[in-house]
Amino acid sequence: MTRSLHILQCGPGVTVQDTGRIGRLDNGLSAGGAADLLALHEGAALLGQPSGLAALELAGTGGMFEAAADLRIALTGAPTPVSVDGESVTFNASHSLKRGQTLAFGHAVRGNYSYIHVGGGIDTLPFLDSRSTHLATGIGEPVKAGSLLPVAEDSGVGTGLALDVPNRFSGGILRIVPSVQTDQFDIRMLERLQETQFTRDPRGNRMGAKLAYEGPRFSAERQLDILSESVVPGDIQIVGDGMPYVLLGECQTTGGYPRIGTVIPPDIPLIAQARPGDSIQFRFVGRDEAIAGYRSYRSQLEALPNAVRPLVRDPHDIPDLLAYQLIGGAVTGNEEDSDETLHRS
Amino acid sequence: MAEADRAFRIRDIGLTGKLVSFADGLSDSANRAALAFRAAVEEERWEGIEETATTLVSVFLRFDPLTLDHDSLDARIAALLDREDWLAAPLPRGRAHWRIPTVIGGSYGPQFLEAASCAGVDAGQARRDIAETRLRVLTVGFAPGQPYMGELPDRWNIPRMSRLNPQVPGGSLVTAIRQLIIFAGPAPTGWRHVGQTAFECFRPGSERPFPLSPGDEVTFREITGEELEDIRGTDRSGNGGATREDLE
Repeated sequence: MTRSLHILQCGPGVTVQDTGRIGRLDNGLSAGGAADLLALHEGAALLGQPSGLAALELAGTGGMFEAAADLRIALTGAPTPVSVDGESVTFNASHSLKRGQTLAFGHAVRGNYSYIHVGGGIDTLPFLDSRSTHLATGIGEPVKAGSLLPVAEDSGVGTGLALDVPNRFSGGILRIVPSVQTDQFDIRMLERLQETQFTRDPRGNRMGAKLAYEGPRFSAERQLDILSESVVPGDIQIVGDGMPYVLLGECQTTGGYPRIGTVIPPDIPLIAQARPGDSIQFRFVGRDEAIAGYRSYRSQLEALPNAVRPLVRDPHDIPDLLAYQLIGGAVTGNEEDSDETLHRS
Repeated sequence: MAEADRAFRIRDIGLTGKLVSFADGLSDSANRAALAFRAAVEEERWEGIEETATTLVSVFLRFDPLTLDHDSLDARIAALLDREDWLAAPLPRGRAHWRIPTVIGGSYGPQFLEAASCAGVDAGQARRDIAETRLRVLTVGFAPGQPYMGELPDRWNIPRMSRLNPQVPGGSLVTAIRQLIIFAGPAPTGWRHVGQTAFECFRPGSERPFPLSPGDEVTFREITGEELEDIRGTDRSGNGGATREDLE
């Protein structure tokens, strides 16, 4: 029996993702990869395997999956009610999915991107050393109902582990540092950028996220003379209508819009996972503070394999709530409770 | 050298990127400087440099600031900039000359006449400008394998349109600011659509997924719409009837 995961049904925007196609900027190809890279590392830690293995990324909508072999799985990213053969299972944890068992993945309670990791990793054909689907350039395509996703041999053992994860699923304050045109913005404009309460606009995808706000528009000096230059994920472009647009992993490789600043890598999941209406603020930090934040993030990634702990199931506070949300498929009035449940369990 | 140095700029792009620019606007020497400087940075193999790329007149360095701190990198870049006269650098080795069959104007290039009028020439001269100028791939970017080629004669220094073309097809030839682009895939653009090729800039699954490299030279050979359709019907390579010849 081939090791695989059978997609019984799924919404749009379900893709295979790993850490991306690194090192192809000079060919005009951005790295792409998991929209929430931290979630990819969390899943790898839960299964005790390298973080470069491919997982399934779900963009907020759910799906039904059947194991065509005995699999170990882990669930990370945007907190989502999930059940195995009708019984709720804990998020941010690893579980066993026996051959023939069905995994029902609900709608994310908050955040945009959830992940199903499998022991051994998803084993689709790599292209340029990565299995990541890059929707913007037509590398790979979204997973469709009816397909069988191959799963590599799993050299690991053990499930029933859980992780406490930072809440990055409802916006927040993002640390930024200068980008290539920051000095072309008036100092008062830079102050206003930090004072403005932005919300995530519905327009956005794996390439970038638009922000909305009330107030005068942003503009740079000599902005029509800007030559197209390399861009990085996290860059905050001020697009034609004067609104900020934050680039994400699947962005184009160059851009001619002025960039007012760049979100530092540890805070990129905050914007990737922010839902329309979630609040976003920017705060310029000095280079030392930014480096310290980055160092702490990298240490956190390295420490993840040691941060997993045995999953203690508490039947009194998990199944009912999650089962309710799975059926309702929407955010309920108990959002706070459910989130805490998901994180505490 | 001192005069030129003042035009060189090192700027941050976020916490993990540096941009070394050789000019504020496009010039042949600044483009060659960027290509040569990138090659030199690659040869240096500084620990902590994760990736380099060129744009029209700049080199982008992606690095790990925990391995190579900002100040040290700035100092190394400055020292390397001082090492030689980058603006006089030769073009990279291993370049090729591509001849790419192209339909110019008509329904295959609906904005050709408008572009010619912006350039202040009649259709015949505009055709000759596009088909007889030997162009160079100045940079590859924005989309996978997508070449920015230049430079056309000075009269083609026409601005991008303020209103976007909602969608031009893959392989389309578009122009603005003395440059031509063959679009890698269907996309909206502010550049004027003047022609059509069957050339695929990005070929996932092929031996050479990115056929064009910065420094390559390109000539557009004018063909008819019927010839293009013949090529489309028979070509499986992605070359769209183009020929490639090694330059050195």
